[in-house]
Amino acid sequence: MGMTMTQKILAAHAGLDSVQAGQLILADLDLVLGNDITSPVAIKEFAKLKKNGVFDKDKITMVMDHFAPNKDIKAAEQCKMCRDFCGANDVTHFYDVGEMGIEHALLPEKGLVTAGNVVIGADSHTCTYGALGAFSTGVGSTDMACGMAIGKAWFKVPSAIRFNLTGKLRKYVTGKDVILHIIGMIGVDGALYRSMEFTGEGLSSLTMSDRLCISNMAIEAGAKNGIFEVDDVTLEYIREHGGAEPNIYKSDDDAIYDETIDIDLSAIEPTVSFPHLPENAKTFDQFGDIKIDQVVIGSCTNGRLEDLQIAAEIMKGRKCAENVRVIVIPATQQIYLDAMEQGLLKIFIESGAVVSTPTCGPCLGGYMGILAAGERAVATTNRNFVGRMGHTESEVYLASPAVAAASALTGKITSPWEVAEK
Amino acid sequence: MKYTGSAIKYGDNVDTDVIIPARYLNTSDHAELASHCMEDIDKTFVSRVHKNDVMIAGQNFGCGSSREHAPIAIKASGISVVIAKSFARIFYRNSINIGLAIVECPEAADGISDGDKVEADLDNGIIRNLTTGAEFRTEPFPEFIQKIIENGGLINSVANGSVK
Ligand code: SF4
Repeated sequence: MGMTMTQKILAAHAGLDSVQAGQLILADLDLVLGNDITSPVAIKEFAKLKKNGVFDKDKITMVMDHFAPNKDIKAAEQCKMCRDFCGANDVTHFYDVGEMGIEHALLPEKGLVTAGNVVIGADSHTCTYGALGAFSTGVGSTDMACGMAIGKAWFKVPSAIRFNLTGKLRKYVTGKDVILHIIGMIGVDGALYRSMEFTGEGLSSLTMSDRLCISNMAIEAGAKNGIFEVDDVTLEYIREHGGAEPNIYKSDDDAIYDETIDIDLSAIEPTVSFPHLPENAKTFDQFGDIKIDQVVIGSCTNGRLEDLQIAAEIMKGRKCAENVRVIVIPATQQIYLDAMEQGLLKIFIESGAVVSTPTCGPCLGGYMGILAAGERAVATTNRNFVGRMGHTESEVYLASPAVAAASALTGKITSPWEVAEK
Repeated sequence: MKYTGSAIKYGDNVDTDVIIPARYLNTSDHAELASHCMEDIDKTFVSRVHKNDVMIAGQNFGCGSSREHAPIAIKASGISVVIAKSFARIFYRNSINIGLAIVECPEAADGISDGDKVEADLDNGIIRNLTTGAEFRTEPFPEFIQKIIENGGLINSVANGSVK
């Protein structure tokens, strides 16, 4: 029986010729990831296993990004615990302040993931690396602990939805609008327990930045993973970033998909997800003026260089609206540096925005931009749950960097098309 | 495993941000996590939950982040079992891995109201609403998962070599 891309990768890592949806397997892991929030729990669990060391010091990575640079004493202690553990176990890829960035932007940039890998991360947006043609999924700290100990994890082989992409995105429409549109269509549990597999002739026009953003939010549709078929764009990216030799898995012609959904990229418009669920996706013809207090451009979803470039293009030479706080957070040190060299940071600062060191910060309501009761933010992040960015009576509207930048200029949720026309 | 307790009921898409808000994630202390459990959706939860109470929910329970702090907070607050129409997948596997009993049973989720007395007989896959007398059957776990639960979670399973 034919297999999907995901099923093929899982079969290869479980030492099996084939697998079927629903089957429970134990798969070998190529990389185990944790951050400053989830790793401390994993480290405590790991200690209970009484192992002499980790299964492979090169296949574990910890990134201090959520509450780092340390937001308070407790955060400092959590980071210290990770630092000590990685030191004691000689973990190669430990990323601390100075080197760190938001994990899901950092790992592809550092070439730590390649096509055909199986990756688990104690962070739900680990699904991001599906953009590179890897099977990659979020797990909990106990899975991380056992992964660090034996280099394996259990999985129920998922069935899949195929997304057949055609056409090409219009100006100022990006991967974020595509994924918000899809989540709006299928709902926050529309792909529950399943893979989302992206293929079709429209693929070639999507940049890696678009793809990483789309895979990143597969979890917001409940999916186990969101994977892209590997093409020249993927291979070029992996080569450029020094990734390991890719293994390309294409789905079989007779692979079984639960359903195939056609997406015409040229029909997608700037899209905004209203509080308090990512599935509340609306296009601009569906709502009127909504005043905002804050704009956040950053996160593992949209803190990449291309995201900052688009925002800067829109904000260049213009001023942010009065009474709107605009916070720009490059996702990694490299992105920060590139944005500086390209003059993007200057554009942001001159327009009245602040630029922060890489951190998750406000995305999860940690610090660096918390909302008060009654306040509204447009954010390029991925979740708009109750209280996600601060007070339970605050609101987060999810959007692309282009929408966020346009909104920063007007002080209300604004389409980049509208601002660009002026 | 058989538990009897009162039902505490919530709706669809209860996410990990309301189960345990991120502002409390700078600790991994179980009791401290439990003291903030559900507070952004239900400020009364912590004061009204009793040992062995049963949490009832709608679809996609536990969606959002991978924080294991969420099932830990629920378990540490005294909840014996969560019965929902469906669970978000990371929450589902985390619960199994840490040994929090969870049951997917849409009929029971509909047929139990807040405050009802509930008996959850997990070995036999029977949920009873002692207040109304209604009875619901649930699917048993696949063998592989059953074994992890019998071993008291994934850590014990790896430690004793039954998962290797
Ligand atoms: S940026 Fe937000 S969603 Fe991404 S890893 Fe950080 S907290 Fe999670």
